[in-house]
Order: sequence, then C-alpha cells, then structure tokens
Amino acid sequence: MTWLCRIPLLVGLALVPPGLADESPSMRTGSKAFTESLILAEIVAHLADNEGLEVEHVNGLGGTRLLWEALLAGQIDIYPEYTGTMTEEIFAGQGIHGIAALRTKLAEYGLKMTDPIGVNNTYVIGMKEELAARLSIRTISDLREHPDLTLRFSNEFMKRADGWGALAQRYQLPHRDVRGLEHALAYEALDKGVIQVTDLYATDAKIRKLQLRRLQDNRNHFPEYHAVFVYRAELEQRAPALVAALHSLEAAIDDTAMTNMNARVELVGLSESQVAADFLAEARGIQSRVREQSVVRDIARYTLEHLHMVAVSLTAAMLIAIPLGIVAARKARFAQPILGVVGIIQTVPSIALLVLLIRPISYFSDDLGYPQAVVALFLYSLLPIVRNTYTGLRGISPHLHESAVALGLPPWVRLWRIELPLASRMILAGVKTATVMNVGFATLGGFIGAGGYGEPIFAGIRLNDYGVILQGAVPAAVLALIVQGLFEVAERVIVPKGLRLKSGA
Amino acid sequence: MFDLRSISKRYDATEAVRAIDLVVEPEKTTVLIGPSGCGKSTLLRLMNGLIRPDAGSVQFEGETLLPENAMQLRRKMGYVIQDGGLFPHLTGRDNAALVARHLGWDAKRITARLDELIELTHFPADGLDRYPAQLSGGQRQRVSLMRALMLDPDVLLMDEPLGALDPMIRSNLQAELRTIYRALGKTVVMVTHDLGEAGFFGDTIVLMREGRIVQVGPFGDLLNSPAEAFVTEFVNAQRGLLGVSEEAAQ
Repeated sequence: MTWLCRIPLLVGLALVPPGLADESPSMRTGSKAFTESLILAEIVAHLADNEGLEVEHVNGLGGTRLLWEALLAGQIDIYPEYTGTMTEEIFAGQGIHGIAALRTKLAEYGLKMTDPIGVNNTYVIGMKEELAARLSIRTISDLREHPDLTLRFSNEFMKRADGWGALAQRYQLPHRDVRGLEHALAYEALDKGVIQVTDLYATDAKIRKLQLRRLQDNRNHFPEYHAVFVYRAELEQRAPALVAALHSLEAAIDDTAMTNMNARVELVGLSESQVAADFLAEARGIQSRVREQSVVRDIARYTLEHLHMVAVSLTAAMLIAIPLGIVAARKARFAQPILGVVGIIQTVPSIALLVLLIRPISYFSDDLGYPQAVVALFLYSLLPIVRNTYTGLRGISPHLHESAVALGLPPWVRLWRIELPLASRMILAGVKTATVMNVGFATLGGFIGAGGYGEPIFAGIRLNDYGVILQGAVPAAVLALIVQGLFEVAERVIVPKGLRLKSGA
Repeated sequence: MFDLRSISKRYDATEAVRAIDLVVEPEKTTVLIGPSGCGKSTLLRLMNGLIRPDAGSVQFEGETLLPENAMQLRRKMGYVIQDGGLFPHLTGRDNAALVARHLGWDAKRITARLDELIELTHFPADGLDRYPAQLSGGQRQRVSLMRALMLDPDVLLMDEPLGALDPMIRSNLQAELRTIYRALGKTVVMVTHDLGEAGFFGDTIVLMREGRIVQVGPFGDLLNSPAEAFVTEFVNAQRGLLGVSEEAAQ
C-alpha cells in the first residue's frame, strides 16, 4: 500500500535460510590460515568422522588469538597448536617452560593437550638461496654485516615474545624500518625481490619451491614449536575414542613427513582433506570420506553465504538504523549521542571487531564465524543509514513541515506520509552505501570462518594461488555491481515519482 | 471567531508580538498588514497554534487553543502559505485529499468534494493527477486552496497567498479569490504587505508595526482618520511606490 512497504520486498531474500548449517555438529575443530594447520585439523576431522561423530572443520581462522578465544568460548573443541606459540605468545611473559608446565597452565582454562606429534615447526629466518650465496650469509649473525637488506616479518612474528624484537636484540641486528606483512604475501615479495629476509615455518613447502635458504639460528634463539592438539577437557567425555586416536598420533609425523604433506597441497594442488586422508590410510589404514571439490558448487555456496550475510545484517541494520535516525532528527538532544556512537563503531578496525565479538556472541550462539561476521556487518551498516535518515529528515523544508502540522495531521501520519517519503531518496542512498560496503566487508568473513567470497580469497592468498583468489574476488566485484544496479531500480520503486521530476512547469 | 487576548511572542532578543488583543469577526475578511518584521505572519501562526504564545491566549469559536486540542481545531482552519506548501511527492489530488483520507472519507465522498472545489477554483480537472513540479505557480496556489478548503473549514488563514506569483497572474487571481471568498461567505484572515491588496480584500484592516497593532478598521479609516502619524506614512509610502511607477509609465 504505502511506499515503505516495498522495502521489505527488496530484502526479502534475507528470510531465505542459509542452507549452510543444516544440523548442528557434535564437535568442531578449528585451524589457522596456513596449510599445515589445515592438514592437521583435517586429520582430526577424518578421525572424528571415523568415530561416527558429526564434525565441522571451521577452517582458516585468521590467527592464534582468534582460535584461542574460540576454544575458550567453546565454539571450537580442538585445534592444532604449537608449544612455542603457547609459551611465547598465548602465555607470554609467564615463564612457562616444558610440556608439563604447559599442561598445568592449560588445565587452569579447562583445556588439555596431546603430546607432541613429532613436527617441530619452529620459526626460521630465510632468504633467497641465490642472494644468500652471493652475500655469503649462512647464519642469522651474518645479517649484521648487511644492514641495507629489507626485512619484513609476518604480523604475528612482529609481536611475539620471541619475534623480531627479541631476535634483533639477541643478534644485535642493526636493521631499521622493519615492518609487518601478511605472511602469505611475504613469499611473493621475497620471490620478486621486493624484500630480502622474512620469517618462515621450518616445514614450509615453499622453502623448496622458492629455493630459500634457512639461516642457521647459531645463538639458539628460537624455542621449539612442537605441534600438539589442544582441546577442551570435556571432549574426553564426549568423544573418548577420538581423544585416544589423537593421542596415538604422538610422534607419528616428523618434519619431513609434514613438509611432504604441505608440498602435496601447495605444490601438487591436492586438497588438505585429501592429503590428510592419504596420511590416515597409509599410517592407520583408515578410509576417510574426502569432500569432493567442484568450482561451480563452491562458488554457488560462497554466493549463497555471502548474500545471506549481507541480507541479514542489512535488514537488521535498517530496522534499527532508520528508527535511530528518526529519533536523532526529532529529538535534538539525542542527535549527537546517536550519531557519535554509530560513528565510533565505524572506526573500530574490522578484524579487531571480529575478534572482540567472539566471546560475547558465544553466549547466544554456538556457531562460529557466521554470527560474528553478521553482527560486525550490522554494526558497520548503522552509520550510513542513521546519518542519511537524519540528514534526509532534517533537510525537509520548514514550510512543508508546517504545512503538514497546519493540516491537522498527527505526528505519526506526518512521519509516514510526508517526512519519510520526502527523505526517501536520502535514506535509500544510505542503505545503498551500506550495502555496497557490506558486500566488500563481508569478504572479511573468510578471516573468521564465516564463508562467503572471503573463503576462497583468504585460501588463495594462503596457497599463493591466484585462481582461487579470483573465485572470490571476481564474484564479489560482480555482486557489488549488481547491487549498485538493483538500487537504481529500487530508487524507481521507492522514491515517489513527484520527487524524481525536474522541477518547474 | 478568533479572540486573541494580550498575546505575546518573542524570538530571542526580538519581541515579534507584544500583548496584542484582537477580535476577528465571523464571515468577514480581516487583513493583517504592515512592514516586514511587524509580526503579521507570527500573529497568523499563533492563531492556528503553529507557534505557542509566551503569554496570553487564543480563543477559537469559544475554545482556548491548547497543544491538546490544536490538532482537532486546525482541521476547522484552512491554511495557505506563500509558495503553497504542497508536498512534492504527492499529486494535486493526493495533496488535497490527504487529511480527508486520514479521516477515513470514502473515495466517492472525496471525488465529490474535489469536483466542487475544482469548479470553485477554476482548476483544470486533469491537473489533479499532476505533481506540484508539473504545475504552474497559479495552479499550485489553487491546489493549495483546495487542500485548505477540503474539510469545509470555518475559517481560512492565508499567509501572503499571492506573494510568489508574477503580477499578471496575481491580479487575475486576486479577482478570482475575492469571488471565491464571497461565494463561500467564510471567515478569512489574510496576511499581505500590499496595501492595494489589503483594500481590495479586507472588510477590516489590521495595521501592525513592531509587534503592535497600530489601527484596526475599514480601509477608508486608514486613509481618512489615521490613528497616528505612522499610518499616514505607511499609506503614503505605498502610494509613493504606485506614484513612481505611474510617472514612469507616462
């Protein structure tokens, strides 16, 4: 009937169920955004599946802090971690040494861990073999003689207790202007000669592929990074057979075996799931169900997930932001607080917001990734919609406002029949800004395991595979264009015709 | 019809209306006139409660105008402003029928009433489905008048209704508007700054200056028995303008 009733039609797809989380799994494993972590988590997933558990692998989460928070919140039950990461990063500065001390510490959080599975994926400092040979650099100490080299380390390494700060001190390295870089990009930069030195993982398949030299840690700076599985203590009751199976993996995968598995994913192009299944078949005689990959089906799924995140967050944002904008426009004393708060939300860095949201959301939802992403997108959508609603309503000429009052119309009729239609173009522009922004922002969902186009983008960066990146990046760009186009159409439907006419008779 | 009792309104430093008493006779046209800033528009807007007085009260048909009853009473007062105040997103028809629809009139009754008003205002029937942006200035004022008359109000409040029109259209519309006023026999309160227009319409002229009423009476009184020197000054100033333009024409 009225113009505003048409808006829900446009976002009606928000009500389409996501079709992603069909039934809630009996357990979840997490993994970090690099191949080895994904393979180890796939091993957990296959073993759990083999024990008849309904398992979900929330893959490629953006960093240690994210996984740790998710594990404490109970949104994942288990993930592969490294002893060094726990002693040097999670429990940095608490002076924890050795497996036993670590176990005691974990127990305080209701967590347990397996014994080391064999891999010692410590940090190494690497550079191109050819350059290292030319400059005669064999050890980290040798770097002292070459202060002009460009050093870039992963963001995580820059912040770790055993990271750049401690390393530079231990080796008295003179290099200035050392900064952080996304780890997956560091290889590319190293190969292209943009940077000369970076941190690597010892079992990294790319060391061979890119012909890198591992500089010798001649002063024994780096602690040991033994891979273990960290899990919530109650998993032992819920899935005793799985926990036993994991403990049987202790000392079963050495550095060479791990490097080979990494290489089969990154150099041969097999899926992590396949490589993990092959390992279990060979080492344990377990046949696993490997998820078939299909580009078309994957893109369809990313699209559905992406649309769903955008539609749900946007619908919620409109339901909240338009009324907030109306209140701000009508009650002057609320205007600054409302606009101020939504403005501040906008300044919170997106990745920080995603991490901050894990704990509070875990009280409402068992799901990890999707709800955090939706809430973050919702929060970011508020500002453009609130601000445009406010500006649109405040921009109505006082003559028109008075005419409506003088006619004897009650306030809500004036709002519905006069003020909102007059502000509709402005409000719609705000919704459009929020939507286009959301389509882009939603790719960050890949960082937190929410799916969508971000999943292939982050996976592609990790695997250094442009093809995979494009599977996410191209549809995301196309979607943004389609959304833009849909709003042109929406403007014809929603903005009253009288406002679209050129003025003058 | 209206009984204003020692009504005052101030905006920050300026006193727009100072303790005015005024009785508006029913079925007569009362014109508020005076130089810019004399408070004539403010006084009109106090009458329909668009602004609240700081002191004093407005009686309308024996009832005191209050925020609680303002909405009901306004439906008995048609209000037309200089540029029409039409809502650009609604057609002429929707503008005119807005309140009637809100009050639940059925389509037949609305059409019948609009037909009467079209005839009264000489508005082209096909113009009702145009948007304000598609109408001429004069047509917009006719729609605005139809909107004001839709509920058959007891009084029409007109704030320089012809002020934004060019002179030719204006003089045509003046004649038509007076015919309409006479045909309706309604109480009209009209604001203008043009003495000729005041004389043309007004049964009673209210001359204002700096928030006060200087003189109330028929047009002839202003010319023949001015209450104070300002009245003559004001009359002569307007005549002077006329005189200058007459000289220029010769």
